[in-house]
Amino acid sequence: MGKVKTLGDKRRFSATLVQQQQMNHDVYRMVLSAPEIAAMIKPGQFLQLKTGRLMDPLLRRPISIADADDGEGTLQLVYRVVGEGTKYLAGLQQGAEIDILGPLGNGFTLQGERPLIVGGGMGIAPLLYLVRALCPKPVDVLLAGREASELFWIKLFAERCQAVHVTTDDGSLGTKGNALALLPQLLAQGQYDMLYTCGPDPMMEAVAKEAAKHGVPCQVSLERYMACGIGACLSCSCGAKDGSRKKVCTDGPVFWAEEVML
Amino acid sequence: MSKVDSRLAVNLAGLQLNSPVMTASGTFGFGLEFRDFLDLNRVGAVMVKGTTLAPRAGNSGQRAVETPAGMLNCIGLENPGVDKFLNETLPQLREYDTQVIVNIAGATEDEYARLAEKLTVPGVAALELNISCPNVKQGGIAFGTCPESASGVVRAVRNATDKLVITKLSPNVTDIVAMAKATVEAGSDILSLINTLIGMKIDIDRRRPVLGNVIGGLSGPAIRPVAVRMVYQVAQAVDVPIIGMGGIMTTEDALEFILAGASAVAIGTGNFVEPELAERMADELSAYLDKTGTASITELIGAALPERQTREGGGCTC
Ligand SMILES: Cc1cc2nc3c(=O)[nH]c(=O)nc-3n(C[C@H](O)[C@H](O)[C@H](O)COP(=O)(O)OP(=O)(O)OC[C@H]3O[C@@H](n4cnc5c(N)ncnc54)[C@H](O)[C@@H]3O)c2cc1C
Ligand SMILES: Cc1cc2nc3c(=O)[nH]c(=O)nc-3n(C[C@H](O)[C@H](O)[C@H](O)COP(=O)(O)O)c2cc1C
Ligand code: FES
Repeated sequence: MGKVKTLGDKRRFSATLVQQQQMNHDVYRMVLSAPEIAAMIKPGQFLQLKTGRLMDPLLRRPISIADADDGEGTLQLVYRVVGEGTKYLAGLQQGAEIDILGPLGNGFTLQGERPLIVGGGMGIAPLLYLVRALCPKPVDVLLAGREASELFWIKLFAERCQAVHVTTDDGSLGTKGNALALLPQLLAQGQYDMLYTCGPDPMMEAVAKEAAKHGVPCQVSLERYMACGIGACLSCSCGAKDGSRKKVCTDGPVFWAEEVML
Repeated sequence: MSKVDSRLAVNLAGLQLNSPVMTASGTFGFGLEFRDFLDLNRVGAVMVKGTTLAPRAGNSGQRAVETPAGMLNCIGLENPGVDKFLNETLPQLREYDTQVIVNIAGATEDEYARLAEKLTVPGVAALELNISCPNVKQGGIAFGTCPESASGVVRAVRNATDKLVITKLSPNVTDIVAMAKATVEAGSDILSLINTLIGMKIDIDRRRPVLGNVIGGLSGPAIRPVAVRMVYQVAQAVDVPIIGMGGIMTTEDALEFILAGASAVAIGTGNFVEPELAERMADELSAYLDKTGTASITELIGAALPERQTREGGGCTC
């Protein structure tokens, strides 16, 4: 453990798989030993993982940082198996080496005394590390999923958060409905001075609108198809409200809600 | 960081490169994006993203998708426009000991000519004409699919600048040799090939094309045999130097292109997977010269070509 060699560049590393744990039927949590990255990485940043030895798959896969421990030199990734690349990750055994570019992108701005965090689906992953960074501030979190098995996150957040609110589309856990079923009443209490959100675009758009209504600053973390992750290809481009274009990989993935068009 | 190896130096019609390995347009940003991954001074030339007169926002919807041993893209030439490039990017790029080649794209011959005029400034080593763009005056058919319209663009640029003119050929044609001959006759100093092959992918769950633009350009290892074949054919038909590209991921791949007649190569999609590839490949080419007792990379250019007089094009492939 702890044996991480650089592959010759400043932001390309070889990480060692320490532990792999299945969280539900298709989501896994991976602990990696990667001291150089753990020392640098900020919440909201991501990595580009090589998910195959040669050309299959060809492109790297972007995965967020779900947690990092500088002392231990470890990183945690939480990912859903949706295709070849993530299937490859799920099949890796302890001790496997993974070729990683990172840290990439810009993370969250840590501000506010009483932040609220709203996460949906796999967008919850980067928010766990955000909570760690915001500690010891009292942080509340609202987690939205389709059904109860998606919300294995609750116990991970519970140890770090003041309050964990939950919604599910089918009502199998917490309040029935999406994040908006609960968000307006939370914001109406008037105690929050910062909002962070990551999840599907329509959810973030609605959350940002609600935050604006209550005058709470809001940051969103975007996900776009990324071929390079390092600002070279423009496959991740999104429109900014000032009419310019932003690269989600290098200008983001975290933006102020009023900066970008969702 | 290793030193520049003079055995790797090549000269393409006056374009002097300290390494035959360049980076292809649209796959290396403006070069500056890669400062954290490699030493830009060791890249033979940076071919910057396709630049247009006015800024362009590019296409909406999904712009890229992986396909077997490759990827499709439909970026739609998003770029900040030539003025911003000249004022903000070029001064930064000039601080590095690499040649700057500007890839230009227009909707009319006149747009290409105006771009060429604007880019006739110190620090720009050559212009690369992306002729895979739709020709507005001809109903949007790409300039690069017909020898006459391609030659028209080359002549317009030739008359507007004394910079080296590189024409980048599109592989989406029936006769690449005819395109090569026409664009050389019109005044190209160098040819680069190949651009992407047009393709598409359908999402069977949504029953819709994956890409926002429906069709996109295929790049990566999947297209390499097509590219090597085209370089091999064109090298036998014209006397100008060739920059070979298409699916280069390893030093062995680069050597294939050089042996097929390319004087230099460019890495495209490979930059996404291994951002330091252009630098590492220069080191590996040096090692190859050592191993094979070759005095200079130039000895290898076209070494796999048949004697010129014996073959014109290819034979039947059936
Ligand atoms: C900045 C960023 C951070 C991410 N963080 C995480 C994370 O922490 N955990 C996690 O599980 N996933 C995350 N993703 C999504 C993850 O990158 C994709 O699920 C993964 O690339 C799929 O690869 P694959 O080979 O398994 O599937 P593929 O065969 O490539 O694709 C399978 C399906 O997933 C879709 N898909 C592929 N890439 C993306 C993408 N970039 N965004 C959305 N859908 C995609 C495809 O359209 C297809 O429908 C993140 C994406 C980005 C851009
Ligand atoms: C994302 C992307 C963007 C590209 N943009 C341009 C461009 O702006 N102008 C151009 O002439 N070629 C462009 N190309 C084509 C490449 O320069 C190159 O010719 C092609 O991808 C084949 O090389 P490769 O297989 O190594 O990628 C682009 C390719 C990709 C993948
Ligand atoms: S993913 Fe290539 S520029 Fe963002």
